[in-house]
Amino acid sequence: MNNTLIKLRSIEKSFDGERVLCGIDLDIHDKEFVTLLGPSGCGKTTTLRIIGGFENADTGDVFFDGERINELPAHQRQVNTVFQRYALFPHLNVYDNVAFGLRVQKLKEDEIQVRVREMLEMTGLRGFEARRPATLSGGQQQRVAIARALINRPRVLLLDEPLGALDLKLRKDMQNELKRIQRETGITFIYVTHDQEEALSMSDTVVVMANGRIQQIGTPTDIYNEPVNAFVADFIGESNIIDGVMPEDNKARFAGHTFDCVDGGFAKNEAVDIVIRPEDVDVVPVEKGMLSGVVSGVTFKGDYYEIIVDVKGFKWMIETSDYVAPDEKIGLYIEPDAIHVMKKSEYSGKFGDYSTFSDEMDHLSDPDAEVSENEEEAILS
Amino acid sequence: MKKKLSFLERAAAVPHMVWVVMFIVAPLLFVAYFAFTDVGGGFTFSNIQLLSSYSHIFLVSICFSLVATFFCLLIGYPLAFFMSRAKPSTQKLLTVLLMLPMWISLLIRTYSLMTLLDNGGLVNSLLGKLGFDPIAMVGTGGAVILGMIYDFLPYMVLPIYTSMQKLDNRYLEAAADLGCTPLQTMLRVVLPLTVPGIISGVTMVFVPSISTFYISQKLGGGNFDLIGDTIERQFKYPSTYHVGAAISLVMMILILISVAVMNRFSDEKGEMIV
Repeated sequence: MNNTLIKLRSIEKSFDGERVLCGIDLDIHDKEFVTLLGPSGCGKTTTLRIIGGFENADTGDVFFDGERINELPAHQRQVNTVFQRYALFPHLNVYDNVAFGLRVQKLKEDEIQVRVREMLEMTGLRGFEARRPATLSGGQQQRVAIARALINRPRVLLLDEPLGALDLKLRKDMQNELKRIQRETGITFIYVTHDQEEALSMSDTVVVMANGRIQQIGTPTDIYNEPVNAFVADFIGESNIIDGVMPEDNKARFAGHTFDCVDGGFAKNEAVDIVIRPEDVDVVPVEKGMLSGVVSGVTFKGDYYEIIVDVKGFKWMIETSDYVAPDEKIGLYIEPDAIHVMKKSEYSGKFGDYSTFSDEMDHLSDPDAEVSENEEEAILS
Repeated sequence: MKKKLSFLERAAAVPHMVWVVMFIVAPLLFVAYFAFTDVGGGFTFSNIQLLSSYSHIFLVSICFSLVATFFCLLIGYPLAFFMSRAKPSTQKLLTVLLMLPMWISLLIRTYSLMTLLDNGGLVNSLLGKLGFDPIAMVGTGGAVILGMIYDFLPYMVLPIYTSMQKLDNRYLEAAADLGCTPLQTMLRVVLPLTVPGIISGVTMVFVPSISTFYISQKLGGGNFDLIGDTIERQFKYPSTYHVGAAISLVMMILILISVAVMNRFSDEKGEMIV
């Protein structure tokens, strides 16, 4: 985990005059599961393609195991890729697809056979050897793509939204499977996704990107609990982001109330963004609450209720297991360690207010709700 | 409503059907009729039996066409690949350049090629200025094959170019990712995935090459008798119509067989590509 395998230094990249990467610095360690997370157009796939050798950075350097590999073509790099929508060779069957890399290396057929068997075993594809990719389900194609890449025993496996085209249930299974494969093989995984849940549940390290810049690098827990700015707080999970000031260390003033908190190190009365996760707010009787508000919406989510509470015009999202009725006046209680204070950033004020929130809206405004080809076809037919 | 529409649809096909019957089906029947009759109109196999004396002409024609098709493929395939991977604007320009000669009559193109290659033509006068002796090009087999390549190259490039355009760049990236050099990518991925284009290109060059007569007459200087020339000659005199028809019939059958074989081949591959 300690030695750095891949180093990106001040990588910049433009397409047709449009900057997609503005100075990416990133260290990726050996045997690490790193996820590049961000909305579409944030530059995560471009970053991956630069590591894979499919794009060249305009400026900046790529180091692999200490060596600068900017000019090294893709076929000479010790990385393999699981492509978005797989790119399995349609003229080859499963066996030949998986054996492809070894045949290029001109290994003996009997050794190839042993290794392909082993790889098909690991990915649960025994019995599918003679099938063409087009006759496989999405999940099976996914496994072939992984087997085809891993059989070359790369130092690093690049995965470009590999689960994007799968349905939810299959996606969860494949997440566990990928994690298992990564542990078993000890290969460094660089995983690109826009799905924050996927990123949090699989990764050792999450790299949150937006607008061609890295916003935050950290463990899933860090990213969730200590987001550095309003973008990260909003993108990872649900957040109430409120304007506030820090009168002194361990005190935060927002929503007309001064709270105890556990953050410090800001200038006296510095304006800040306050993040409070919906599950960290307790619903209490009005007289016991630090804040009070009127419930304006209640949504049943199965194991909890998601309620929207209007506190002096700012709408909070709160998750509670107790039912509250719409229009009920309730009190809110927040533990000091649930209050997270962030410096103001370019993203301040853009996120974290639920006044226009609805599930439908959230879905519609999700820039990554990309319809996969299969789904498109299904819709068309 | 629906019935009326389908009547209209049928009616729309009538002009074409009439055309097909008058100018394709009927002439074909005539060819078959002439092939199996003598001057008096009696049924006979003698025309077909006579064909054995033309076997060397068939052989030479097939050889010429094969060589021309091979060179078209050799030149056309890399060109089609380059075109398909070029910028859209470059692709458009190259397509127009490739199609441009097709808007000019084949006769004119062949004739101008002849004046270029003639003893006093542009090529030889250029050679003369450089101090070389003129080379007699018109009248050689090479000139005939050059003519075929020149006239039919676009028919090779365009179908291959179309199949290359459909080839997703991700396959090329995947091949490179798995360790293929550009040449290996070409052989292991691009070539097998563009077989349908190759088949249709080969067919579209081979068939007109084997039946051409003008090219060999002009550029071959009368030294080469290809099937097309032989048929043309037979049809100049009513007495040899019947032999001409027999040769035409056999050639058509040969072409049909070769197209069927290639289509079969391409069907199998096509299935693989789905």
